[in-house]
Parts: sequence; C-alpha cells; structure tokens
Amino acid sequence: MKYALVGITGLVLVLAFVFGSQYYKEQQAEKYGFMAAENAELFVREHSQTLGSEDAKVYLVEFMDPACETCAAFAPFIKQIMAANPGKIKLVIRYAPFHEGADNFVKILEAARMQGKYWETLDVMFQTQNVWASHHNYQPARLWDILPRAGVDIEQIRKDMHDPAIAKIIEQDMADVKALNVQKTPGYFVNGKPLQTFGYRQLHALIQAELNAQYPN
Amino acid sequence: MPSPDKTANLNWTLLFLCWLLVSVSATISIFFSSVLEYQPCVLCWYQRIFLFPLIFIFAAGLFPAFDKSVIKYALPLTIAGGLTALYHTLLYAGIIPENIQPCSQGVSCTEKYFELFGFVSIPMLSFFAFSTLVALLIILKRRTSQ
Repeated sequence: MKYALVGITGLVLVLAFVFGSQYYKEQQAEKYGFMAAENAELFVREHSQTLGSEDAKVYLVEFMDPACETCAAFAPFIKQIMAANPGKIKLVIRYAPFHEGADNFVKILEAARMQGKYWETLDVMFQTQNVWASHHNYQPARLWDILPRAGVDIEQIRKDMHDPAIAKIIEQDMADVKALNVQKTPGYFVNGKPLQTFGYRQLHALIQAELNAQYPN
Repeated sequence: MPSPDKTANLNWTLLFLCWLLVSVSATISIFFSSVLEYQPCVLCWYQRIFLFPLIFIFAAGLFPAFDKSVIKYALPLTIAGGLTALYHTLLYAGIIPENIQPCSQGVSCTEKYFELFGFVSIPMLSFFAFSTLVALLIILKRRTSQ
C-alpha cells in the first residue's frame, strides 16, 4: 500500500512533466507559427545575410555567433543539407552574440561583408575557431593573423567594424533574439518553426518535413 | 493518548507529505529549466543541491516503515536550502542590494522569469517549500522524541 502510494505519486509527477512539456511545445510551435505569419521580419530582417536561391521556399534561419563552437560544428552539416537540396533552401544568418566580447567578431564579419567576402570570412573564422576562440577564450590578435586567408583587407576591416550601422544590426538582431526567446546558439527556425530538441538529426528532420510540405513529390 | 499504531501512521503520512513536497518542487524546478528554458542562476543551483537529495532521503525514510532517523539527516539540508532561499528572496526583492550578490556572471539572480499572481517569485516558492519542510520535520522531531 505504502509502496503503491509513493510509486503512483512518482508516476503521476513524471506523467505531468511529460504532458506538460508536450503541451508547452505545441503552444510554442503555434505561437511561432503565428509570429512567422504575422511578423515575418522578426525572422528575416532586410540587413540579414542570406545564402541560397531567392526562390527557395524553405527558410532556415540561424541565430549564431562566429565564436560559438556548436555553430562552427553545424556549418558543414548545413552546407551538406543545402547541397543535397539545391535551390530549395535559403539560409538566413542572424546574430546572437551572447558572450561578453563576442559582438566584436560579428563586427569583423560584417566589416568583411562590406568587401564582399562574407562567406569566405565566416568559413575561415569557423575553421580556425579553436585557435582564436577556444572555449570562449577570445584571442582577437590571433584572428587578425589568420583573417588575410579570407582575402580581406585587414586595415579596412579595422576601420569599418566600428561603423554604427553594424552596431545597429547587432542591436536589432539581439532585440529579435529576445522576441523569439532564443536562449542558446545556434538557434534554428525553419519557416518560423523552432527546432524543439537540439541535434543534427532533429534539425535534419525539421528541414526535411518542411521540404516535403513545400515541395510535394 | 492515541494508539501507537495511529501515531506511527500519522508520522508516516507527515513524512510522505515532505516527500511529496520535494518531489513536486523538483519536478517544477526541472520543468522551469529544461522545458521553459529558464536558466538557473548560481543561487538557484545551491537551492537545487539542497533540494534534490531530499527526494531520496525521504523515500528511504518511508520504507519499509517510518524511520525517525530521517529527520536528523534531512534537517541540515532543508535548513541550508531555506537560508539560501531566504537570501535569494531578499536579493530578488531588492532588500539586499544587488551589487553584493555573488553571481555577476551568467544569469542574474534577480532576473524576473515568472511571478505567480504578480508577486510570488521563484525564490519565494523555494523559500515557502523549504520552510514548510523545516516546520514538518520539527513537528516530526517533537512527535518522535516524546
């Protein structure tokens, strides 16, 4: 009798937790769906850098930080998915530099964009991240030594990165981060649907589901 | 004078209530952090450290029959948790100034996530749970030392 009481109570709590989280996730998905329909610019701002065809029907929005390790780890995976579905996916880069000082790297990246070397610079940053941002131990000096590999003019970047327009981009993105409740990087939304549980497989499934919905057959 | 059987039963029920309270608190705490993704601050972590083991300590004291030594093992944890929660509540309410708080990095301990009925904060819920536990354990201690 005593054992049953404690056992059943424990089970009730576990079930309440499971159903509660299920319910919450459904509510969230609905809320984000509504936000994506009503307020699309929360996900894609005019200033946002994008990759992929203009006609793509699947928007993969990534809230990231060039100094974030998991973002770097996901980069090749996303390239792979995009290559496997040519013309169907559009990648939108948004910034979420949560760590102190991380916004400087966003500024460098945006300054490189002014030279038309955005993706090259991002590639170099991700590939060499363990050198200049190992476990968020930032060593900007090391990055400056590496950056010429992306074919950018370093002196120009040093000047451009303090452009108030860049600070404004970061400010807007951080405001959207708050509105969309992005807590960790990378934070993914596929056509406004948030990635509920994190992982390669889950992201792949979410993208695939949206591909199937947008491109039947 | 109640019969010994009834006394033992009531003791068991009181301890069961303690167990129920910590189990519900722990479930809510994990729900906040893993589902609603409220990041626990440093002080929250200390309270969780005092809270989580109580589930197992209380459960061990319930079987096979009520064991009064559970009081001795559980009281230090509940008092420590209660004091941390009290400090946290005061900090949150602004009664203790925030600049002397130990958690400058990560999530601020005064970050507002949720307030039930507009004023019941998470630290307050924690303080309520811990002080109820202390009260229940003191009642049990009195009852068993007679």
